[in-house]
Amino acid sequence: MPTTSINGQQVEVNEEGFLLDPSVWTEELGTELARLIGITMTDAHWAPIRFLREDHAVMGETPTLRRVTTQTGIPVKELFALFPGKPAKKMAYVAGLPKPKGCV
Amino acid sequence: MTETETAFVPAFDDAASEGRKLAIICSKGNLDMAYPGLILANAALGEGVETHLFFTFWGFDMINKQTMADLKFSYLGNTAMHPPGMFGVSMPQGMAGMPGVTALTTKMMKRQIADLDVPEVPEFLDLIHGSGGHLWACRMSADMMKLHEEDLYDGVEGIISASDFIELTEGAQLLFI
Repeated sequence: MPTTSINGQQVEVNEEGFLLDPSVWTEELGTELARLIGITMTDAHWAPIRFLREDHAVMGETPTLRRVTTQTGIPVKELFALFPGKPAKKMAYVAGLPKPKGCV
Repeated sequence: MTETETAFVPAFDDAASEGRKLAIICSKGNLDMAYPGLILANAALGEGVETHLFFTFWGFDMINKQTMADLKFSYLGNTAMHPPGMFGVSMPQGMAGMPGVTALTTKMMKRQIADLDVPEVPEFLDLIHGSGGHLWACRMSADMMKLHEEDLYDGVEGIISASDFIELTEGAQLLFI
């Protein structure tokens, strides 16, 4: 698996570029991951990202977009506005998690 | 702060998927046949694909306010049907037509879908609508069934003709379900 330098930190990533080890993630690293995909983090961005981290820690997998919206109450439309195009994958990337596996 | 211009980053917005469009024609009103279109539409939207759904004939039951929460599943005519988890065990076709069996099989299927945390049809439409999916109703079906926009799910953008749909999905990949 490739290693890449993010914010001066050497991290292992998978073949698509997602962080391999969620435990190396910090909010500082998350800010930098977001910047790399053209997103400037605000409080509105952090709310779902923190949920992803907490949910992954409990459930052992990355929540799908629907799970994020039903569990946090953030409308799906807003998630699309915050993380345009591919919100589920972009949120997973910023949160240092694998992309979600679930279909819905 | 280290400059990370060499960082290996996923290609979220690659040029290949730019402008990709998907058109899904939903023509069935059975519970089991409602889901493929909804699931694929949701998946496509999550991948940033512009998605249009066209509801026609029995597919109208998916967006008709009177029926959309109450679609049914019958295995009549479906020889692949087996009890949950019991592969290779067939269910007598004659039984499927008996009173109460459709209600029972519908309840069983709804429970299995809910167990996967997959929403029911109206909530699924909310998800697709909220994700920017476009919902269209078929003009001929509306006329046949004497239904108007107010009878349909609120997120339906309009009742349009088949040619309108073909026009607005120019260049799209198409699925007929």
